[in-house]
Amino acid sequence: MSTQAHPLASRDGRGSGREGFLQIFWASLRQNPLALAGLFVLTALIVTLLLAPVLPLREPDALKPAVRLTAWFSTTAYPLGTDELGRDVLSRLVWGGRVSLWAGIASAGISMGFGLVIGVAAGYTGKWTDLLSMRVIDILLAFPPLILAIAVVASLGPGLRNAVIVLGVIGIPIYARVVRGVVLSLKEYPFVEAARAVGASDVRIVTRHVLPNILGPIIVLFTLDVGQKIVFMAGLSFIGLGTQPPTADWGAMLAASKSYITSAPHAATAPGIAILIVVLSLNLLGDGLRDALDPRLARG
Amino acid sequence: MVVFAVIHLTPGDPAILMLGPSATPADVLELRTKLGLEEAIHVQYGKWLWNALQGDLGESIWLRTPVLGEVFDRFVNTAILAGAAFIVSTVVGVGLGVLAGVRQNSWMDRLSMLVSLIGVSMPGFWLGLMLILLFSVQWDLLPSTGMRSPAGDGGVVDVLRHLLLPALTLAAFNIAIVARLTRSQMLEVIRQDFVRTARAKGLKEWVIVHRHALKNALIPVVTVLGVQLGALLSSSVLIEFLFAWPGVGSFMIDAIGRRDLPLVQAITLVTATAFVLINLIVDLSYAYLDPRIKYG
Repeated sequence: MSTQAHPLASRDGRGSGREGFLQIFWASLRQNPLALAGLFVLTALIVTLLLAPVLPLREPDALKPAVRLTAWFSTTAYPLGTDELGRDVLSRLVWGGRVSLWAGIASAGISMGFGLVIGVAAGYTGKWTDLLSMRVIDILLAFPPLILAIAVVASLGPGLRNAVIVLGVIGIPIYARVVRGVVLSLKEYPFVEAARAVGASDVRIVTRHVLPNILGPIIVLFTLDVGQKIVFMAGLSFIGLGTQPPTADWGAMLAASKSYITSAPHAATAPGIAILIVVLSLNLLGDGLRDALDPRLARG
Repeated sequence: MVVFAVIHLTPGDPAILMLGPSATPADVLELRTKLGLEEAIHVQYGKWLWNALQGDLGESIWLRTPVLGEVFDRFVNTAILAGAAFIVSTVVGVGLGVLAGVRQNSWMDRLSMLVSLIGVSMPGFWLGLMLILLFSVQWDLLPSTGMRSPAGDGGVVDVLRHLLLPALTLAAFNIAIVARLTRSQMLEVIRQDFVRTARAKGLKEWVIVHRHALKNALIPVVTVLGVQLGALLSSSVLIEFLFAWPGVGSFMIDAIGRRDLPLVQAITLVTATAFVLINLIVDLSYAYLDPRIKYG
């Protein structure tokens, strides 16, 4: 049995110190200006996207051929210009952002939910459950994720829902592996042994002692994963397998702009910058959370 | 088995997907019979596996030729693109990482880390669009699509000119990863005793960096480079599509557009096999690079 304190274990050893855990996180985050900047930008962006229905924006799918391919910053009526069908790029950027962000969070949520269950089951029960589930996970990890996603979405048929489900499923192995590793280490700790010694059931040990201590690495993984999923989703929409017209998402906007890049470069630039800002913010926040979780990983 | 399951066990009828919603039941039945979909699933899998082991992955519905030959023809082009991106990401990534590590907290360090942070956060295909906008549209310096110019001689220089933008685009993410890792490894190694000893002996800085620090710092970097080589094959799909590079990636998207599922299946299998083989070779090479690692 290891005697060294686990960096993820809560300080009271009962795994119930969520408040202490959040306080440690926040204290470390406050010392990391880049992570704070990421958190601030992300919060501002999410609030803007949530407020889209009440913002004074044009209808995102309204066609106005008379003003098609208007350059950005050339008129106050269309601050970010218009696309090839005369649709307002700013409005589509905001409404499309809701789709992209939702797709990222939903698919990462699917990966996290199933990965958590499989990882805890494999790590805690061990034996055949562990052996069997990890071999399946190994096989899935052996596949190039984008190729697998494209092949499955192509078989299911293109569309936002299928793309989200597929991206969610191909992300399960990463979570399952991480969770299993942490659970394997946690279940040998004295506070878990003590719980077992006083007769706590497996369900109680897992829900009250193990799960709260997995929260940290899972939050970090989820934060970084949402960014990756947004990029993946944009990629699928870019090749026509994700969001279908006329619904906008950032990848679909980039795909449509490709044919007009010479006459309307703004239509390709704006969604790309939006993806960059969101993913950069998520990466900064994720890196900051990881450093907060384990100061030994803090960048040199 | 996974590749077979992807096409055959996902919900929906592949025949309907291939023929479209307006197909008559008779057409669907005919195609299902032709594709062997009317047989029991284990029989289908057995036949598919047996044929695949003999190098027969079926016939393309779109091209009406054996799919494997078509896939291999394009695979060479993908290998050229992925290989070029690998070289670019190794040279630029390690170079940036070493510069940043040796000059910690300098403007060079901050700039290279900013570049790598942006590199990991940016969708590769968008960077490609921006490069096309600058180098092909604005400055008219490099071609934006294809592998050879229709009017050109199709020689090495022509291919290299076409290769530059897609290779740079594909390499961007890896450059960022490799630069970050090289920097952190350099920072760790240059604080170790043997480097201090080398300094105490009065060796020149570049000798210390090149002969002593870099060699030790590179072991984990080589590991990541190997893993990234496999990932390049996978992520080249979008870049090939964007630059109309005639590799397996753009071929796969064409096959999806034409609903040619046997072709999609073959491309998935060949790419996944290459991915697994590369990762296996990389795993085995660790023992050679680091004699402390032994395989039982």
